[in-house]
Amino acid sequence: MSRTRIGRIGDGSRKLDSGSRFEISRSVPVLLPPALALLVALAAASLLVVAYGQSPLHVYRLFLDGTWGNAYGIGQVLFKATPLVFTGLSVALAFHAGLFNVGAEGQLTLGAFATGLVGAALPPATPAAIALPLAVGAGFCAGAAAGAVPGALKAWRGAHEVIVTIMLNFVILAELSDLGKRFYDRESVHTAHVVAGATLARAGAFFPSLRGSALSGAALLAAATAIAVWWLLQRTAAGFRLRAVGLGAEAAATAGISVARQTVIAMALAGGVAGLVGANAVLGYKGYYEEGFAGGVGFMGIAVALLGRNHPGGIVAAALLFGTLSQGGLAINAVVPKEIVEVLQAVIILAVAVSSATVRRQAAQLATGARA
Amino acid sequence: MTTAVELRGVVVRYGAVTAVRGVSLAVERGAIHAVVGENGAGKSTLMRALYGLVPLAAGEVRVKGEPMARPSPEAAIARGVGMVHQHFLLAEALTVAENVVLGREPRRRGLLDVAGAEAEVGALAEEHGLAVDPAAPVGALSVGERQRVEILKALYRGADVLILDEPTAVLSPPEVDDLFAMLRAHRDRGGTVILVTHKLDEVMAISERVTVLRRGEVVGDLPTRDATPEAIVRLMVGRDLAGPPERGAGPMGDVRLSVEGLTVRGSLDRVSLEVRGGEILGVAGVEGNGQTELCEAITGLRRADAGIVRLDGADVTRASPARRRALGLGHVPEDRHRRGLLLDLSLAENLLLGRLDEYTRFASILDRRRLAADAARLLERFDVRPADPAAPARSLSGGNQQKVVLARELSLRPRVLLAAQPTRGVDVGAIERIHAELDGVRRRGAGVLLISAELDELLALADRVAVLYRGRIVATLPRAEADRERLGGLMTGATAQQAAVQP
Repeated sequence: MSRTRIGRIGDGSRKLDSGSRFEISRSVPVLLPPALALLVALAAASLLVVAYGQSPLHVYRLFLDGTWGNAYGIGQVLFKATPLVFTGLSVALAFHAGLFNVGAEGQLTLGAFATGLVGAALPPATPAAIALPLAVGAGFCAGAAAGAVPGALKAWRGAHEVIVTIMLNFVILAELSDLGKRFYDRESVHTAHVVAGATLARAGAFFPSLRGSALSGAALLAAATAIAVWWLLQRTAAGFRLRAVGLGAEAAATAGISVARQTVIAMALAGGVAGLVGANAVLGYKGYYEEGFAGGVGFMGIAVALLGRNHPGGIVAAALLFGTLSQGGLAINAVVPKEIVEVLQAVIILAVAVSSATVRRQAAQLATGARA
Repeated sequence: MTTAVELRGVVVRYGAVTAVRGVSLAVERGAIHAVVGENGAGKSTLMRALYGLVPLAAGEVRVKGEPMARPSPEAAIARGVGMVHQHFLLAEALTVAENVVLGREPRRRGLLDVAGAEAEVGALAEEHGLAVDPAAPVGALSVGERQRVEILKALYRGADVLILDEPTAVLSPPEVDDLFAMLRAHRDRGGTVILVTHKLDEVMAISERVTVLRRGEVVGDLPTRDATPEAIVRLMVGRDLAGPPERGAGPMGDVRLSVEGLTVRGSLDRVSLEVRGGEILGVAGVEGNGQTELCEAITGLRRADAGIVRLDGADVTRASPARRRALGLGHVPEDRHRRGLLLDLSLAENLLLGRLDEYTRFASILDRRRLAADAARLLERFDVRPADPAAPARSLSGGNQQKVVLARELSLRPRVLLAAQPTRGVDVGAIERIHAELDGVRRRGAGVLLISAELDELLALADRVAVLYRGRIVATLPRAEADRERLGGLMTGATAQQAAVQP
């Protein structure tokens, strides 16, 4: 079973988790790092704003008004959070099986491409009850296939999934940009428009105040997926097998769980969930697959999963935070460069990565009554 | 005589759990002082506190009469206290000398003085009677030699007080003799030794004074010459032990497990054995002689290069571990932390491991209510403390963790039980229980393959004892012909040629 001994990325951070999982009160060490990270990031951003000769309070005011201050802003935040929920869940699913999925970007692109093709190829009169599941399902399956490949290479050939998923991103993006030409509308880089039955309703159709926002039913799909992932991991035998492999591949193998099989399943599921992004971008927003639409959402999923501590609830919260930042960047662009928000994002991620270890250690010392 | 180390009213807490409750203890200079107790009694924690690895909630540590203001390993080393951990902390790629001098390297023109280090370490090893080659890479050393390197590390840093935590758990009988000779020499030179152990024969053989801990408190502290093993056990456990299980003649059944010519390149050489129902076949051997590979090949975790494994007559040589479990092969793995348990999960979830199908309803949904109820009952029956299905496996003592593994494997009602080092690092109370359970499996008519480095365990339980030496079964002795001397000789290869090899 030498293959199972291959180093699993993520083991290190999990060890940090486990120590404090029981001895000290649960909520404090879990919530403290993200909260601290946010404070540190805000402080850093304030310095930058001052450097641009603006008042931080004024900028934050603009930021809040443009995001949670009105219905349109909220709609846009939710729209931007939706793909991050999918990619965050994708990374977390793999992580629970002890795997690091860096390939969500490629997986979601292939999935969205499949969604666009199937959505456009259906007969124009196809009812939504058939068209939507087919288009969304095609995205899931294509993403799952893209995830299963690195899973299988890891399981049976021992190739490290980090390297394979990174490389597969390039392969998928390059192949699609070539292959896509055969499917794109003339003189464009997008596929044909999906049939009416395959489009997801915009929220504006139900809530007039959200008119103009790109928010669609895909947000509900994201919420449902988060619940489904939680349920899978915590309540089913299939999820238990995944977690068992992630927590101790050797113990799992000893108990008769096939590590190779779980590796493929976990990566396929991770790819499939990433492939659902197409529902938001293709079915809910543009109406077609367009080259380069992903724009790094797959990689942001890693940060979302990290900040959300790989818990579906935490991932939704982290996706909302990043969605807010992304929308808020546009709102403050008139006074300060919107890149400040990207600095903010980066500082949050760095601060979480640093603080989760240190905060927990200190909390543990406080709890044991250390004098240090 | 003066005191080398003194603890006064030491309290150590882990979160809400108080592991050490006000322990006072004085260790005299130039003595070997044994600290005994069941697992979870707090002896390792106490030593870690003494060495500054865990903070004190109350109390004081004094070394050579002076209180330690801020206990830390650095401060302990500075005062001449060295610790040899149960699990060695060595860099395998470096040589013995490099490991020993690490952090205090002799330098020449700013570079590591390799020759100087080797000469110095070699002289130190010679002085203390620790046979080990300073230029050898640690990765190539046996467990016993690695332990000597750990001791050298402490001595190199000027330690005259040596703390050894369960030092003999991984050693063969001759290596234990060597270690004890070295410790006695250290004492005779005026050095001090604190020996943490659960083996009473060692306490009686080597120590001048013994301190008994139970549940974080000192329940006995007396000169060893005034103590008897029975009295110490009574103090440790708080009651008398029942002694080895009564040997009722179980019905000797059909062959349950048969292994023919099992070969794993580099580790196992044509091993053949048979276990019948109602029989315990012991496999004796110093660790690292092929036991791990034998277990893995029988359970399907490793593919054998040649040979056949049969369960109840069915050829399972190519079957998956899951298939073998389904056919009734239970497995108590030698490394319970890596193979036996998922330490981050609850006891209930650990009991679920390998029995998932029993608790799965339609659509893969787990029947959590039934699992919790069954887990509670199982933990109760096996006297696991705490018997709380939601407790994380990591929080249990070694003995209780092993009881959880055993509870799970026995709840499968195995036809063959493969138990590897089932009582390693387990306290006497739990050992008694585990032995009784293994014997119960035999009485029920199942076959037990008991792989152990503990001769006492094999002699108490096994019907026959096979000896594994360098990947080969060099002898299989019926219990009547097996005794410590004979097995000890076979295990070290000393008498391999004289023993009759039986099928």
